[in-house]
Amino acid sequence: MNSHAWELLVLYLTVLLLTVKPMGIYLAMVMEGEFAFVRKTERPLYRLCGIRAEEEMGWLKYTFAILLFNALGVLAVYALQRLQAWLPLNPQGMTNVSPDSAFNTAVSFASNTNWQGYGGESTMSYLTQMLALTVQNFLSAATGIVVVIALIRGFARHTAASIGNAWVDLTRITLYVLLPISIVYAVFLVGQGSIQNFDAYKDVTTMEVTKYDTPKLDAAGQLVKNEKGVVVTEPTEAKTQTLAMGPVASQEAIKMLGTNGGGFFNANSAHPFENPTPLSNFVQMLSISLIPGALCFTFGRMVGDTRQGWAVLAAMTILFIGLAIAAMAFEQQANPLLTQLGVDPALGNMEGKEARFGIAESGLFATITTSASCGAVIAMHDSFMPLGGLIPLIGMHLGEVVFGGVGTGLYGMLVFAILAVFISGLMIGRTPEYLGKKIETYEMKMTSIAILVTPLLVLVGTAIAVIAADGRAGIANPGAHGFSEILYAFSSAANNNGSAFAGLSANTPFYNTLLGLAMWFGRFGVIVPVLAIAGSLAAKKRLAVTEGTLPTHSPLFVVLLVGIVLLVGLLNYVPALALGPVIEQLMLFAAH
Amino acid sequence: MTRKTFTLFDPELAVPAVTDAFRKLSPAVQWRNPVMFVVYIGSILTSVLWIQALGGQGEARVVENPGFILAIALWLWFTVLFANFAEALAEGRSKAQAASLRGLKKETLAKKLHEPHLESKWQMVPATDLRKGDVVLIAAHEFIPADGEVIEGVASVDESAITGESAPVIRESGGDFSSVTGGTRVLSDWIIVRVTVNPGETFVDRMIAMVENAKRQKTPNEIALTILLVALTIVFLAVTVTLLPYSMFSVDVAGAGTPVSITVLIALLVCLIPTTIAGLLSAIGVAGMSRMMQANVIATSGRAVEAAGDVDVLLLDKTGTITLGNRQASAFLPADGVTEAELADAAQLASLADETPEGRSIVVLAKQRFKLRERDIHALDAHFVHFTAQMRMSGVNLGERQIRKGAAEAIKAFVEAEGGSFHKSVSGKVDDVARRGSTPLVVAESSQGKVRVLGVIELKDIVKGGIKERFAELRQMGIKTVMVTGDNRVTAAAIAAEAGVDDFLAEATPEAKLKLIRQYQSEGRLVAMTGDGTNDAPALAQADVAVAMNTGTQAAKEAGNMVDLDSNPTKLIEVVETGKQMLMTRGSLTTFSIANDIAKYFAIIPAAFVSTYPQLSALNVMGLASPSSAILSAVIFNALIIVFLIPLALKGVKYRPLGAATLLRQNLAIYGLGGIVAPFLGIKLIDVLIAAAGLA
Amino acid sequence: MKTLLRPALSLFVLLSLITGLAYPFLVTGLAKTAFPEKASGSLIVKDGKTVGSRLIGQNFSDPKYFWGRPSATGPMPYNAAASGGSNQGPLNPALVDAVKGRIEALKAADPDNTRPIPADLVTASASGLDPHISPAAAAYQAGRIARLRGIEPAALDALVAQHTEGRQWSIFGEPRVSVLELNLALDAYR
Repeated sequence: MNSHAWELLVLYLTVLLLTVKPMGIYLAMVMEGEFAFVRKTERPLYRLCGIRAEEEMGWLKYTFAILLFNALGVLAVYALQRLQAWLPLNPQGMTNVSPDSAFNTAVSFASNTNWQGYGGESTMSYLTQMLALTVQNFLSAATGIVVVIALIRGFARHTAASIGNAWVDLTRITLYVLLPISIVYAVFLVGQGSIQNFDAYKDVTTMEVTKYDTPKLDAAGQLVKNEKGVVVTEPTEAKTQTLAMGPVASQEAIKMLGTNGGGFFNANSAHPFENPTPLSNFVQMLSISLIPGALCFTFGRMVGDTRQGWAVLAAMTILFIGLAIAAMAFEQQANPLLTQLGVDPALGNMEGKEARFGIAESGLFATITTSASCGAVIAMHDSFMPLGGLIPLIGMHLGEVVFGGVGTGLYGMLVFAILAVFISGLMIGRTPEYLGKKIETYEMKMTSIAILVTPLLVLVGTAIAVIAADGRAGIANPGAHGFSEILYAFSSAANNNGSAFAGLSANTPFYNTLLGLAMWFGRFGVIVPVLAIAGSLAAKKRLAVTEGTLPTHSPLFVVLLVGIVLLVGLLNYVPALALGPVIEQLMLFAAH
Repeated sequence: MTRKTFTLFDPELAVPAVTDAFRKLSPAVQWRNPVMFVVYIGSILTSVLWIQALGGQGEARVVENPGFILAIALWLWFTVLFANFAEALAEGRSKAQAASLRGLKKETLAKKLHEPHLESKWQMVPATDLRKGDVVLIAAHEFIPADGEVIEGVASVDESAITGESAPVIRESGGDFSSVTGGTRVLSDWIIVRVTVNPGETFVDRMIAMVENAKRQKTPNEIALTILLVALTIVFLAVTVTLLPYSMFSVDVAGAGTPVSITVLIALLVCLIPTTIAGLLSAIGVAGMSRMMQANVIATSGRAVEAAGDVDVLLLDKTGTITLGNRQASAFLPADGVTEAELADAAQLASLADETPEGRSIVVLAKQRFKLRERDIHALDAHFVHFTAQMRMSGVNLGERQIRKGAAEAIKAFVEAEGGSFHKSVSGKVDDVARRGSTPLVVAESSQGKVRVLGVIELKDIVKGGIKERFAELRQMGIKTVMVTGDNRVTAAAIAAEAGVDDFLAEATPEAKLKLIRQYQSEGRLVAMTGDGTNDAPALAQADVAVAMNTGTQAAKEAGNMVDLDSNPTKLIEVVETGKQMLMTRGSLTTFSIANDIAKYFAIIPAAFVSTYPQLSALNVMGLASPSSAILSAVIFNALIIVFLIPLALKGVKYRPLGAATLLRQNLAIYGLGGIVAPFLGIKLIDVLIAAAGLA
Repeated sequence: MKTLLRPALSLFVLLSLITGLAYPFLVTGLAKTAFPEKASGSLIVKDGKTVGSRLIGQNFSDPKYFWGRPSATGPMPYNAAASGGSNQGPLNPALVDAVKGRIEALKAADPDNTRPIPADLVTASASGLDPHISPAAAAYQAGRIARLRGIEPAALDALVAQHTEGRQWSIFGEPRVSVLELNLALDAYR
């Protein structure tokens, strides 16, 4: 790591941590209806929608509301993709998306995964990008946040039967937090160079004529092959370049703020129109962790002990620093195979990276995006050094709890905290309690489910794909890296990240279906038990804090929490990681 | 009862435990422990694979030497057996305790009365035929046939069989000493007892059932822990099962080696799942109950033992727990115009018939100070007035002369009723005494229509030695101590300060006690208390952990969830520690078990895949001799660690009264870091031995 | 369930309209007002003809021009309607072959150059549209350009420096040279 990388890391954390408190307070005040203007302006909307805002919901009703709302999202996104050819705002005349891809994308955006089997600029009409994808960027982010708010209420309340009103929570977070920030943010991005228009794609005359080979097609439009079965190509010339256009900035803002990560373009945040400058990049990195970091403070404030929030944030920060340093350091390594050819090792591993971002920002961005459930990329993770690619995998395998996705990061971390409290409570001779709530059989059952779901989906999904012919067919890179590609795909899908080792050709019925299922169950297989925990905790009495209570705001607990996250998060993946990135690294450096 | 103490692996227990370990191989038994059941299935599978491989089938294709499969299979069986052994050993210990209890259930005959009085006709019936409500007569030297309440008579009873205390106790009808326990023996006199339980429900029966069934009922926390262990097992099952396709894929792309064998996968699975804690979990539970037994406390449920660890408020009776049972007269403080000798004389007279320790101490003090000998009661024509709850004083009538001693208010009432006045200076003395934490007893005399207050006797409470330090420890554990006393506030405050309790409840009534418990509970605290009297029953029932004294009434015992056979109120502290110890042992072994996995991965993963990716040998940080010895060493370590930890499971992790954070830091260092390091050393050592023996 | 359906449906529709239509149109309006040129793509117009975007790289293979990052977009490099990287892993022989080919092309255009080859000049960018190269990559090529174009090296260096940006706000990103703008300047030189 060079000094620029250190400076960047320190600056990033400093700015992020400075935003935590004000943003955390704002979130808490909005969600608890402490602002008069919120209460005044939301009322007509509820009347319009037939929502009785003052009626609180038990956890089961809350869960049904969330599931129903998200199911509607899936349907809407699916329908818009399947019908886009006949709908307006489609200057490029994009055709309807295939059923399996549309299903995958619908689940993907509704589950805040934003895995993209498609290339944005070559698949989606502007209407689909806006009314399907941008909408889900807002609503899936809102879903994540309201779930954690409900869980926090579970801790904060006692002997209560309800955990809030799902409709009110969804409305407040969308209209009073996500939307206003996104508007300002989007305009800022345009100021940096992001585009925002509804124009058709623009053809420009390039300075040089580009000569390239294209596969020869016969009259029937089929590939022509020679006698050896090799595709015959013919030289082609291009005098123009087609610049893809669209309402990019508005989608980009919420894509980052809501830790969605689904890019307008195929190259995602590496695309100069999505992320034009290093400054826009810094703001994008910041915006990923803005809400997840602030929610820690919201948590502390709502449970009446801000130290609790800081402790959780401290654990996240420690994990983050470790991951970020590792990613930046590993990417600063030059590929020894290229050094051998005479390439200067000074710039590090530049394959799949942008010159304006370089190694430090690319490594940091990759850490942030995969420690959160964002999945946006400014560099191609598939081309990372093996251990550089291991860090994003680890970020996802830990359950994306390092700042994490909006809401999901904190509720994931709190599930780990419950586990840590359970084990450490026993170690000091008390039946475990967290924030005055006894952790009993029911909570352990739900915690176990929440912790079990994603590893099972990842491991079993990967196993199916590596033996199925359809699964192997998608692999782009030979050797152990092929295994890493598949492992990455399922890790990303089940943890709702959305980034990819993008060499994998995943836009096939096989992957679209399998990954779609992994995304859905990876999302709601955790949300449902988390809401169940919320309900059960809310109903409990709150115990008094005494000398004998395990302090859950102490440095010791922070260390313990970090240990539990690493141990429980990683043990499941050790063999798989050994057969992927680890062996790749050993092979890459063994010979040199 | 003479309780045998056993050394840890006492042959008397170990030998039957070995047999039991094999008996427990029945699937029906194994099924109850899901984690060990997985090991059990693994053992069977590897055994089958070995037999297959002998015939050149199955694993023979990927494993060169069937002996390796056999070795793995054997060590997996050992793993199961070791866990069984641990459980059997713990059960053996409590069974031995139960057996000595069962000795109490003698086949006795009882004199069943037709009507509940001495003159009634009776009939000899076997004790086992007695039902609730039957009335029996027990004469000297006879065994009490069943638990019951004395309804008539007074007798001295030898309860040593239950309590281990050799001194006989008095049992009499009415009051707090009316309860008798089946199996104890009347030494003198006779009593008529109404049986309060049906056969099979007696106290001894319940104790035996409790001890024997300890393994069957899982406590809530044990269930929660089991869920976690099962979840980990499921994940690791997925890890190992999916490793086969991963391995096949890797072999395909690397073009080298063979896919990992089922044997190795099973070995890996067993090493990863938390067998250490799962194998010892039930032993820990049984041992916890058993430790309570050793402390002479019978818990009516494992849940109660667990709850004991969580207690944060202890209600302790002042008398007997914080102070020596008896207050002692320490000074005579005469009223103005009365000599000290006069007061002492009157006080002694008033106390002659008072058999309470306080009364005795007054007589003794008078003797010491003024050489006042005890007088012949009968010669004085004395009529003694015994203490009653209504009058709250006692005394003596010597013809016209009435001497009374009692609480200041009672005497004031007496004096004023007789037309006298209670002088201010006396009130001052009363307050002084109370402020010192002592109890003032006021003595008054009424003679020939003249009534006067003679003075004050100071009864001093003697705080037990070392109790203050004990409370300081409890405070460190986060437990608040509350002294409960019938004394007035001033007295209570002084003693509370001297003893170092956190709070006190003065002028306690049963209702006040109950209210106090409810109040603490509503603040989210768990309350423990001891009690013996019938009027304690509501409070005992309300408390989260309630230890009834064995000397107490049946009602108190029914209301509590533990019975202290020694009737020692300080025992509550030990009960809390035992509860904590049980939880700590579970937590520590769980941490240890999970932390072990890191080293096991380092042993097994390179070994399992080195044929496909030779570069993976870089991860063989322990430098293990060969792939098969690496895997075998990990499996052997996994099995042996259970045996090594049996003593810890049975004795429990030592509890030290430190703050939660300190305790956690220490246990994390020992069982967390230790759990990471220990297997590296252990596996390496086993590997060296295997290599030296040329086994693999 | 039934009681949930109406609020679910109406809230979904309402929020969709706000965030899916009102929001992007509002942002478009604001953007076009505040940054009209950037909102429509930072286009470079020369002699009334749009020749490119300041933010989007173009393919250069003529030795007289500075070459940009290799682009892995298909079917042709720098296809701005189908962005993307090579996604080749570090051990992939195809990556080694591709880099070997690019090194050969560089050597062929400038046989006497013995400087170490900057990594960004032979590795594909993430977007395939990277408009920048590192100052080292520009310096590596400067000798060739100066020779072929007959420009004083010092003058060329000055021109390169004009189109080099340092770290934004001195801390963000990497120093970089805008290839398209530099090449436009080269053609306009003299």
